[in-house]
Amino acid sequence: MPETWKPKDAADVASAVGDALSAGKSLELIGGGSRRGFGRPVEADVVLDLSALTEVLTYQPEELILAVAPGARLAEIEAMLGERGQQLAFEPPDFGPLWGLPAGRGTIGGLVMTGRGGPRRLSAGGPRDHCLGVKGVNGFGEAFAAGGRVVKNVTGFDLTKLITGSFGTLCAATELTLKVLPAASDAATLVLVGLSDEAAMSVMSKALGSSAQVSSAAHLPADIARASSVPEIVGQSAAVTLLRLEGVRPSVTARVAHLADTLQALGPQALLGREQSVALWKEIADAAWFAGGGDTVVWKLSVPPSKGAAVGARLAGELSGRCYYDWGGGGIWFELPGADDAHAAHVRRVLNEVVAGDGHATLMRAPDAVRGTEDVFQPLAPALAALTRRVQQQFDPQGIFNPGRMYGGL
Amino acid sequence: MLMPTPDAGLLARRAEFVSALRAIVPGEGVISDDAELAAYECDGLTAYRQRPMIVVLPTTVDQVSRVLAYCHSQGLKVVPRGAGTSLSGGALPLADGIILGLGKFNRILEVDYENRCAVVQPGVTNLAVTQAVASEGFYYAPDPSSQIACSIGGNVAENAGGVHCLKYGMTTNNLLGVEVVLIDGTVLRLGGKHLDPAALDLLGVVCGSEGLLAVVTEVTVRILQAPETQRALLMGFAEVEAAGACVAAVIAAGIIPAGMEMMDRLAISAAEAFVKVGYPLDVEALLIIELDGPPAEVDHLIEVVREIGEGCGASYLRISMNEDERKGFWAGRKAAFPAVGRISPDYYCMDGTIPRAALPKVLRRMNELADGCGLRIANVFHAGDGNLHPLILYDADKPGELHKAEELGAAILTLCVEVGGVLTGEHGVGVEKRDLMEVQFGPADLEQQQRLKCAFDDDGLLNPGKVFPKLCRCAELGRVHIHGGKVRFPELDRF
Repeated sequence: MPETWKPKDAADVASAVGDALSAGKSLELIGGGSRRGFGRPVEADVVLDLSALTEVLTYQPEELILAVAPGARLAEIEAMLGERGQQLAFEPPDFGPLWGLPAGRGTIGGLVMTGRGGPRRLSAGGPRDHCLGVKGVNGFGEAFAAGGRVVKNVTGFDLTKLITGSFGTLCAATELTLKVLPAASDAATLVLVGLSDEAAMSVMSKALGSSAQVSSAAHLPADIARASSVPEIVGQSAAVTLLRLEGVRPSVTARVAHLADTLQALGPQALLGREQSVALWKEIADAAWFAGGGDTVVWKLSVPPSKGAAVGARLAGELSGRCYYDWGGGGIWFELPGADDAHAAHVRRVLNEVVAGDGHATLMRAPDAVRGTEDVFQPLAPALAALTRRVQQQFDPQGIFNPGRMYGGL
Repeated sequence: MLMPTPDAGLLARRAEFVSALRAIVPGEGVISDDAELAAYECDGLTAYRQRPMIVVLPTTVDQVSRVLAYCHSQGLKVVPRGAGTSLSGGALPLADGIILGLGKFNRILEVDYENRCAVVQPGVTNLAVTQAVASEGFYYAPDPSSQIACSIGGNVAENAGGVHCLKYGMTTNNLLGVEVVLIDGTVLRLGGKHLDPAALDLLGVVCGSEGLLAVVTEVTVRILQAPETQRALLMGFAEVEAAGACVAAVIAAGIIPAGMEMMDRLAISAAEAFVKVGYPLDVEALLIIELDGPPAEVDHLIEVVREIGEGCGASYLRISMNEDERKGFWAGRKAAFPAVGRISPDYYCMDGTIPRAALPKVLRRMNELADGCGLRIANVFHAGDGNLHPLILYDADKPGELHKAEELGAAILTLCVEVGGVLTGEHGVGVEKRDLMEVQFGPADLEQQQRLKCAFDDDGLLNPGKVFPKLCRCAELGRVHIHGGKVRFPELDRF
C-alpha cells in the first residue's frame, strides 16, 4: 500500500509536490476516488488525496462564475447551483455505478480532469467549454494560474483546456473556475418508436439540423430500451429515438409540436414530460444500463454522427454485445463480453475501417489487469504521440503526476 | 514597442533565403520587392509597422510544410498571417523574418449538413462560411465585427468572438478540428468531425495561440441552423448603474440573450449623429438586448425582459416589431467605431473583460483617468459577458498624444485586472498588450505558458515578440529546482 498524503489547502499541495520531487516519489492524485477505474491503473509511491480541499471560493450567479477547490463534491455543488436555477450545462455524468461504486461520490476535480460531458455535450459543449480557469501546482513544484474568472477571456495560451481532461497528468489542481448557466425551466423528450439504427441516425441528423434547438439526441435499440427505469420507454417494447427540447414552457411546447409534426410520417411517437425526461437522460449520461456488470467490459466511441450506426451495429453484432447511441449518433456506448484484451484490437480495427482516423475509442470499464496492459485511450499517431509527450513533459518533466494513467510511460 | 533585435546575419542572407523559398513556392508566391512588401507592414493595429524581410504565399499544405521545415533548418523566424485584420498586432512582421500568408488557402472544401459542419481552408473569410451554408438555413455562429474580411485561420489563431458569443460561444467552442503544421514541417490533425479529444486537448490550446504554436492549414467548424426569429429591445437608462443592474437581472432571470450590448453617452451621441437611427440622447447608458429562437420563445422572453427593464427604471424602451426596426437598433451600435472616427481624428480600441458588477466603478474610474490626461473615452460594451471596448479618442498629429492614449489604454487594462478581469476578451495579446501580461500573470504563470511554447517550437521561431514580454529560453525553463532533498513541511497530514 502506498502512503497517503492529505493536504489541507493549496499551500499544502505545493509543499507536498515539492516533497515528492525532493524524495523522487511519484504521486497518484485523487479526489473522491470514484473515477479510479477510468484510465490506466496508476502505480505511484504516494497517494495525494485532495478531498480535503472542498472550499467554494466564489459563486456569483449573475456573473455566471463558480470557483471551487477540486475536492468539492459535485452533488453538493449541483445542489447549490440548483437553488439559484443554474447548472453545469455540460450535464456531468456520474460513472460511479458503472464501476460498481455508489452514486454521488464524484468531485469537481475528478469531473474536470476526466473531461467528459453528458448528452448535452452535443449542443452545450463539454467540460473543456465550461472550465475557465485553473490554479494548480506543476511538476516543477511551482504554484501557477491559468485562465481567469470571467466568461470571456483570450489572454495568453488557453492552458485551462489542456488541463481539462488531462487525467491529472499535468498538474495537481487546487482551484477550478467554471462557467455556470441557467437551467432550463422546462424540458420534454419526443420519442420516435421502432426505428432501425440506420433510420435513427438520419432522423437525429434532421432534427439536430432543424431550427427546433434539440439539446440532445439519442437512440436506444430495443434491448436497451427494455432495461430503462422509465415506464413509458419500457412500455414501447421497441427501439426508441429520443429528441430532447429544453427551454421556457411556451417554447418547448411550440417546438415539440413542430418537430412531432415534421417527423410524423416516420411512425408512432410518444412524449415524455419534464420528470421522465430528466430520469431518462440521466440513464443515458451515466450509461446506467451497463452499471456493475459482472465480467463485461464497456467502451465509449466518438465518431462523426453519420457513421454511428455503421460502427455500432457492426461491433455489437460481431462481438455479441449491446450498444446505444448518444450525441446524435456520434457517441456510442458498448457493453461487450469480457476478453483478455477487452476486444481492444477488434474495436479499434472496426473503428479505423469505418471512420479512418476521424474518431476514437476509450475503454471505460475493464479489470485493472486489462487496463494495465491495453491502451485505454486511442493510440496516437507517432507525431501526435511525440507532441503529446513533449507537452506533458513541459508540465511535469519528472513524470511524478499519475504516471501511466493515460498511456504507458506518460 | 520593442521587438527582438533583428539578426544582422539573417538579414545578410536575404537573397539566399529568397531563392531557396522560390524553389519551394514557385512564381509569384515569394515576394521580395520592397514596394510589394509594404502592403504587409502592419495588420489592423496600424500604429505599429515593420516591413518583413520576405513574404511567402504558399498554395498547398506540402509547401507550407517545406517552407516551415526550411525556416526551422535555417533559424529563420516566421510570422503567420491570415487576412491581417488583427487588432492586437498579431501579424506584425519582423525585420528579419518571413510573413507566411495563408490568403491563397481560400477554398471551402466540404459542407457536411448530415454532421452539421464545414471543412474550410484557413484563408476563407468568416462571413463566407455562413454564405456557403445559408441556402440550407445554416450559419457559422462566431461573428467578429470584421467578419466580412477576417479569415477563419486568423479566427482560430485569435479565438475570435463577436456580439453573439455569450449564447453561442467563441471560436474555440465552435471548432471541431484543424490540420496544423509544426515549425519542423510536421503535419498533424487535431480533432475532426467527432467530439472531444482522444487524449490531451491540443486543439483547445492551439486555438487562441496567436500563431506561436503552429500554422493552421485546414479548419472544421460546427454550423448551426439559423434561429427562426430575432427581436431586440432598445432601453435607455439615466444611470449606468441601472443599466448594469438590468443586465444582471436578465441573467439572474435565467435568460441568456443572443446579444446584450451597452453604449455610454459619448458613444450614443456619436452613433446617433452618424446614422440617425433615433437613439435617445438624454440617457447615460443604452442597452440593446436581442433574443432569438422560435417565435413562441422570443415573444415570451421579450415581455419578461421588458418587465425587467421597466423594473430597473428604463427611461426609454422600444421593442422591435419587424426586421427593419431590429436592424435599426443595431445600426448605431455597429457603426459605433466609424461614428467615433467622425468626432475624433484617431481612436484606439481597447478590449478588457471585467466582472459585470464592477462596471459602474470601472466606467467612473476610466473617465477620471481620461480627464487626468485630457483625453475622452467612448464606451461600447458586450455587456452580457463583461467585455469592454473603450475607444480612446486622440489626435495622432498632436505631439505626444498617441503616447498618452497608449498610456491611458494600459491604465484601463490594469484597472480591468485589478477588479478581477483580464487584459483581452477577444482581440488577443499580440504586441499590443504583451508588456502588460505581467499585470495579469505572475512569473510562474507566464513560465508555464512559455513551456508549452517549448513543446511546439523550442527554437522560438514562430511569431516571436508576440504575447510574452520576455523571450523564452527553453533549456532554462525546463530545469527542475529541487530543494535539497529536505522535507519542508513536516507538519503535513500523512497517513
